[in-house]
Formats: sequence, C-alpha cells, structure tokens
Amino acid sequence: MADAKVIPFGSPDDGYGRHSGRERHERHRQQGWDGGTGPGSGGASAGDAGADERTGRAGEGTETDADSSAAGGSWERTAAQALAFLRRRVTGEYEVDDFGYDPELTDQVLMSLLRPLYEKYFRVEVRGVENIPADGSALIVSNHSGTLPLDGLMMQVAVHDHHPAGRHLRLLAADLVFMLPVVNALARKAGHTLACSEDAAALLARGEIVGVMPEGFKGLGKPFSERYKLQRFGRGGFVSTALRAGAPIVPCSVVGAEEIYPMVGNAKTLARLLGFPYFPVTPTFPWLGPLGAVPLPTKWTIQFGEPIPTDGYPEGSAEDPMLMFNLTDQIRETIQHTLYKLLVRRRSVFF
Amino acid sequence: MGRVVLVTGVARQLGGRFVRRVQREPDVDRVVGVDVVEPVHDLGGAEFVPADIRQPDIASVLARHGVDTVVHMDVHGTPPTLPGTGSRSSVKEVNVIGTMQLLGACQKAPSVRRLVVKSTTSVYGGAPRDPAVFDESTPAKSLPSGGFAKDAIEVEGYVRGFARRRPDVSVTVLRFAHVLGPSVDSPLAAYFALPVLPTVLGYDPRLQFVHEEDAVEVLRVAAREPRSGTLSAGTFNIAGDGTLLLSQCARRLGRPTVPMLLPAIRWGRSLLQSVGATDFSPEQVRLLTHGRVVRTTQMREVLGFEPRFTTGETLAAFARVRGPGLLPPETLARTVDRLAAKVAPPPEEEPQDEEVGRRG
Repeated sequence: MADAKVIPFGSPDDGYGRHSGRERHERHRQQGWDGGTGPGSGGASAGDAGADERTGRAGEGTETDADSSAAGGSWERTAAQALAFLRRRVTGEYEVDDFGYDPELTDQVLMSLLRPLYEKYFRVEVRGVENIPADGSALIVSNHSGTLPLDGLMMQVAVHDHHPAGRHLRLLAADLVFMLPVVNALARKAGHTLACSEDAAALLARGEIVGVMPEGFKGLGKPFSERYKLQRFGRGGFVSTALRAGAPIVPCSVVGAEEIYPMVGNAKTLARLLGFPYFPVTPTFPWLGPLGAVPLPTKWTIQFGEPIPTDGYPEGSAEDPMLMFNLTDQIRETIQHTLYKLLVRRRSVFF
Repeated sequence: MGRVVLVTGVARQLGGRFVRRVQREPDVDRVVGVDVVEPVHDLGGAEFVPADIRQPDIASVLARHGVDTVVHMDVHGTPPTLPGTGSRSSVKEVNVIGTMQLLGACQKAPSVRRLVVKSTTSVYGGAPRDPAVFDESTPAKSLPSGGFAKDAIEVEGYVRGFARRRPDVSVTVLRFAHVLGPSVDSPLAAYFALPVLPTVLGYDPRLQFVHEEDAVEVLRVAAREPRSGTLSAGTFNIAGDGTLLLSQCARRLGRPTVPMLLPAIRWGRSLLQSVGATDFSPEQVRLLTHGRVVRTTQMREVLGFEPRFTTGETLAAFARVRGPGLLPPETLARTVDRLAAKVAPPPEEEPQDEEVGRRG
C-alpha cells in the first residue's frame, strides 16, 4: 500500500495521459465496433457470462475485420456499424438501467461529443487513474469549480477513456440538473443521478464507481479570488454512505477548471429571479452575450489519489459523527494538498 | 373448511380476472364479487352481490357470507367505462369513502382474517428532488396534490389505521406500477393507444409496467396463506423487471412523439382531451415529466413473488394486441437494413445479422 502511494509528480510526462488515453480510446472504439455494443457496456450492464461471450466475439470479429480492412472497406465497415447503431436506436431495442443510464448512447454519442473538448480544448492530463479499482464499487470525491459543472463531465471522460478496465463513472448531480428540461434527460442517459444517499447507496451496492462533489454549488459558484480553496464538504454524508457500502474513497483533484469562467461577480437578484443558486458575472459574460459563455481554454490536470479504505471500521461506525468528521477532513485535506502540489507544478494556466 | 373471499370492484376487467383466477385455488370455497354495476364479463362460479361499498350495508354482506379474506380492488384512477359513468368527484368518493366504509365493515366482522388492498406507485409522487428509485419506505418529497395519487395516499392512511385497530388481521398493500395488458383499460394504456404521443419537451421519463397476468397472480399470492419463509403482511411495490424510457416505449410501439412545452400541455389539456379522447390529468403530465421507478426487492424476498413478464415484455405484449403504430419498428428496421445493404458490400451484412440476432 505504502509503495503505491508514490505518485510520479515531477516526471516530465506531459503527454502521458493524452497519448495513452487516445490509444486506449482507439482500442475501445475498435472493440466497440467489432462487438457491436458500446465499449465496456457489457461489463456495466450484462452479467459476467455476457461480457465473456462478448469479448470472445470481439476477438473473432477482429480477425474478420482485419481481412475486410485489408480489402480496403474500412469506411463501409464504419458506415455499416453506424447503421446497425441507428437501427437499434430507431427500434428502441436498447437497454437502460433503473437510473435511466443508457450505456450505448453514452459510449457512442455523448462521450464522442465531449471528447474534443477533453482532448483538444482543455488538453486534460490524467494521473493516477489506476487508483480507481478495476472491479467493485468506489466513491470518487472531487473538488468542484468552474461555474458550470464541466469538471464532472471531464472526469467522466477521463475514467471512461483511460481506465484500464473501461469502467464508467456514475456522477451524483444537484437537483437543479434534474429540474431543467433537456439537461435532466441527458444527465440521466449519461448515468448521472441525484446526489442523495439513497441513490448513492444503490449505485455502490451494484458495484459502480460513483463520483461526488461534496462542495456542491459552494464550490462551483465561488468567486475567482477564492480559486483552489476547498469549501466546506457538506455534512460528510458521502463518507457514511461509502462506509456503509464498504466502498473505498478515491480523492480526486481537478486543476484548470477554476479558470474557465473567472467569476468576478454574482448577480444575486437575477439569480433569485431565475431560481439559480448564483448568476455568474465574468469579464466576458454576460457582456458579450453567447460569445461570453465560451470557456477559456485552460490546461487541465485530473489527479486521482490513493484510495482510502473504508471497510476496516467496526459495525455502526457510519453513525459516529466524530469519525465521519475526521474522515471527511482527511479526504478534504488530501484533495487540498494535491491541488497545491499540482498548482506548484503547473507552468501556466493555459499550457 | 375453505376460505370465503370477497372481492370489490369486480366490474372492472382486472377484478373479473382475479375473481376467475382465485376460484381455482384449492382452499377457496366461495368467492363473492361486489360492485355497483353488474359486470359485463363472466365471473365464473363466483356470486355477484350488487352493493355499493360507499353504503354501510356492505357490513351485512361480509357478515352474511362469513368472509375471511377481503381483496379491495375498487381503487381506481378513472371512472368506469360502463353505464352509469361518474365524474372525477364520484371516483374519489368510491375510492376514499368506499374504502372507509369497507374498512369499518371489516373492523366489525370478526371473521375477517386477511385484507389485500390494491394501491399504486403514484403515492411516491415523483419530482426532481426524489431519489431515482423508490423503495417502500421512501417518503414522498412532494405529495401529489390531487387526483388518483392523493386518493391512494388517503386510502393507504385508512388502511394503516385499520391495521392498528385490528392487529389480528393480516393487511397487505400492493403498490402497482402501471398495469398493462390486453384487457386493461388505464389512462396510460389510452395514452399509448394514441396515434401520435404528445410528450413533454426536454424530459424523457423512466417507466415501469406490470403485466395484467402478473397483477392477478400477485393478488392471488397476497390473498392466500403465506408460504413458509414468506410474509404477505406489509406494503410491497409491484413492478416488472427493468425500466423503459418513454422515448423507447414510443419507438417500440411504433408511435411518433410530439414534444410539447410543459406550459402548453397544461393549457392545452382540454384541447388534447377533445382531440385525443384521453385524460391528460396533472398527474399524468407529472408522470410523463419525471417518471417513476420503484425497487421490487421486498416483493421478491419477503412476498416471494417473481413476475413472469419484464417491463419490456409487458410492453411488447401490449404492442402486439394494440397493433402497429404509424412508424412500426419492423418497417424502420427494414429501411435501415436496405440502406445498409446499399452502403456496405455484401460480406459486411453477415456480422450485422449476427449482431441483430444476438440482440433480439
């Protein structure tokens, strides 16, 4: 355990995350096309047997595909696969889970839409993704910033594209997300659900990777002057949920999201009128209209830390407020500390 | 000595089916069906007693027949389609006053040992602040303000009161998700029968269904002596496995959707009602906005009931009976296949067929 804690900080591997990520993503896509279903969807929705079968089939498929690509029909193959996807979509023959998560749509459409933002715009560098367990549940606890919750989405892409076991991150989102039309439908399909202990416990019980930002709107809507200062972590309900489920907690620090919309002011009256927790005023928004809503192209780093085990505690520890506060503080400190380290290491906001 | 089962609401299709089914139970001696109007369907060997459960004379029916099991199915969302149809207020009266009278009669009848009440999962409401999956103990964040859901909440309240006053009676409350099937006539079934489905723009609710055969079967399980290792007293969510999104249902039924703005739906309800002849109640709008999914662990583990049909199979059975819509999925699939045959060279079709076979 102690050895695994060493994280290669100073190593000059700026391209590391991106390169391996792209390769892995290619591999995913290859598997996805060949297997006919989305990458990793078998692992998430079907049973082990199904996943095995699919892997086997994917193996078969690679051979035949290799033949056909030798014949020079790669775009036809892509078109055929896209049509097969279209066919399943128009006939409704796909599965969603109880939370409305649509693995196929997420893999093939939603992630592909976010990927350019992730790879080209924010040039996200991912570190320590192997700290997320390859199987079983885990709770990823992250800082939250950026006025709009893009950091959560980028985290989801990071786990999706870079995790060796191809795991899916199920994010817990604020109730506002589920009140807004269109946003709520997309969030459910992408596997997000309401941040409440019932949903978190249900997802952890299924062995999912659950992502939570305990700072909530306090972190998301904090002024630019308080960037990288972690806000209070709610009441630490996430720790007791993880403890009850026996799921390890993976602290996660996101650097770069703070500067995408430097929030210099907050139009509180307008926010109250619209029913939002805050209404951001940035140097460009709302002055430049929609153009002002374009985020600044900052360079991001997402660092997943060493998992904190929660299974060694005696029965009933989840109801012990002192223990909960201590654990919450420990996690908060870890994230804050990692943020400072990453900031020191950062050459510039934009590169 | 066999059991005597009294069933309310037998003029409805589901009530009639349950009456016919429960007669075949070996330990059931007699089945008494009660409703205001004579059922048009056959009740088999059951005795039909025309009685209004809103009137106190229901007590004499219980006493006369020595009833020991009461299955209360006269809790409905819509007025009956039979003659003597009532308005919403009369439905509410049957639901709430009827339940009160029936429970009062049960309380005075010492022979009653078992009570089964049909309720609905709409008691959970359904709002953005609610957890994604409800279990039996989840309190509703925003209580339904009216309509059938509110009736069901009140009915359940009276049933809980009755359970306190008569602890010797085993009381089962079954909260059904939407019952669909060849013969069931519910607001949702009427909605799915529309040629074009109006939906709420920007929302894609999650839905769960119960096949009517499963509904009848679970009522039977709840009305009999519990098998060893199971317990039938309590509250149970009843739903088929799996979840479907409304958009998915529409595609599988082959019915195009028309997304509409939420305020427009609220204002245009009367218009829709006159055009589509369906009841677009605030409750249904709420369902079509937020949807509702329940956990059925209690049903499996405590009640010991496994539904035969999943949510998807229930919808498929429903679609078979109702016939294809304007955009049958088979036609769409054929169109896509034809396109695929044009685009891709013949050898490419093979893996695709294999894949479709695997999916189906």
